[in-house]
Amino acid sequence: MWLSTEASTIMGGLFVSVQTAGTPPKASKKKPRPAGTLYRGHEGMWSWVFHRITGVAIFFFLLVHVLDTALVRVSPEAYDAVIGTYQTPIMGIGEVGLVAAIVFHAFNGLRIILVDFWSKGTRYQKLMFWIVIALWVLTMLAFVPRHLTNVFSH
Amino acid sequence: MATATAEKPPAAADAVPSFTVTLIIRRFDPEVDEEPRWQDYDVELYGTDRVLDALHKIKWEQDGSLTFRRSCAHGICGSDAMRINGRNRLACKTLIKDLDISKPIYVEAIKGLPLEKDLVVDMEPFFESFREVQPFLQANSTPGTGKERVQSVADRARFDDTTKCILCAACTSSCPVFWTDGQYFGPAAIVNAHRFIFDSRDDQAKVRLDILNDKEGVWRCRTTFNCSEACPRGIQVTQAIAEVKSAIMRGKP
Repeated sequence: MWLSTEASTIMGGLFVSVQTAGTPPKASKKKPRPAGTLYRGHEGMWSWVFHRITGVAIFFFLLVHVLDTALVRVSPEAYDAVIGTYQTPIMGIGEVGLVAAIVFHAFNGLRIILVDFWSKGTRYQKLMFWIVIALWVLTMLAFVPRHLTNVFSH
Repeated sequence: MATATAEKPPAAADAVPSFTVTLIIRRFDPEVDEEPRWQDYDVELYGTDRVLDALHKIKWEQDGSLTFRRSCAHGICGSDAMRINGRNRLACKTLIKDLDISKPIYVEAIKGLPLEKDLVVDMEPFFESFREVQPFLQANSTPGTGKERVQSVADRARFDDTTKCILCAACTSSCPVFWTDGQYFGPAAIVNAHRFIFDSRDDQAKVRLDILNDKEGVWRCRTTFNCSEACPRGIQVTQAIAEVKSAIMRGKP
């Protein structure tokens, strides 16, 4: 369960920061705000946060995906019915999110492998993070228009 | 609330300009407070002052109950690590001029260690991890000619970076993995293990690698690089942890 506790630590911090941003500093005198400020990490911390969030999201997708695929063994009709509900525009947009998460997780995973195994990896981690973001944007630019035309033209 | 407004024209033309800076400090008195609370202070400061000077001014002139640690005040003792504007810094090495004084400066205790009072945390869990990695020379050989263990310049340079640690806990308390349950050894302990693992005069590297090859050891490092960015001595902490990881995989330093 440490997976989710780590993620919730950071999310708790995020929530606090939203409060902080909205409240004028003087108000903080009266309003108790026991939680500390959000730790202001740089690229490394945010890449980890996104990696963790996308990882958990992909895990839940895979869970559902294994279950719906396993349905074909139970009854092909039930399988067809379930897969049929995936052909809706809402699911199509959900697939954009899924691909976005997987593409980030994949590229950043390669970055982490380089950080761990390449002797100069730690020195270039920030640059590699921005390369990951650039590759992610390029992949999504190639994927999203084509995918959405497919989704909305059927 | 006028922050960063220059004072009225000084009498002498060459007087150093001072500024009113607002500090918002996260206070906690265990005898009174259920939860920590934020308190504002307006302090008159010069650009050359440090956050530690601001804390001194508050403690000495405004509110004597403000509690924080400091000893040498020159970045060596490692007593005054705290979270300044959301980042772990030494108060004695953070100049006011390097912060945006048009906004209040947020100061709070470091995260992940039990809060005792105001900016003071219980450092015992931190030092416990430090002691566990056996941070002292363990040599099986006797020094040559009965005097000293000679080491080449290259051998000494191998672990030079990690000798700089002052045990301020800025790195360990910046680590998201350490925040969750405090079970992780933490960057500082690994840095101090690295200092002896890669020392050619030391013979117990294997023991330390075994200690760190633990569920709560180096493998919990998620390379967020918060530690490297927090270190007031500029130690490449994540790099050191990565070197210990690969030494464990090789089975030798």
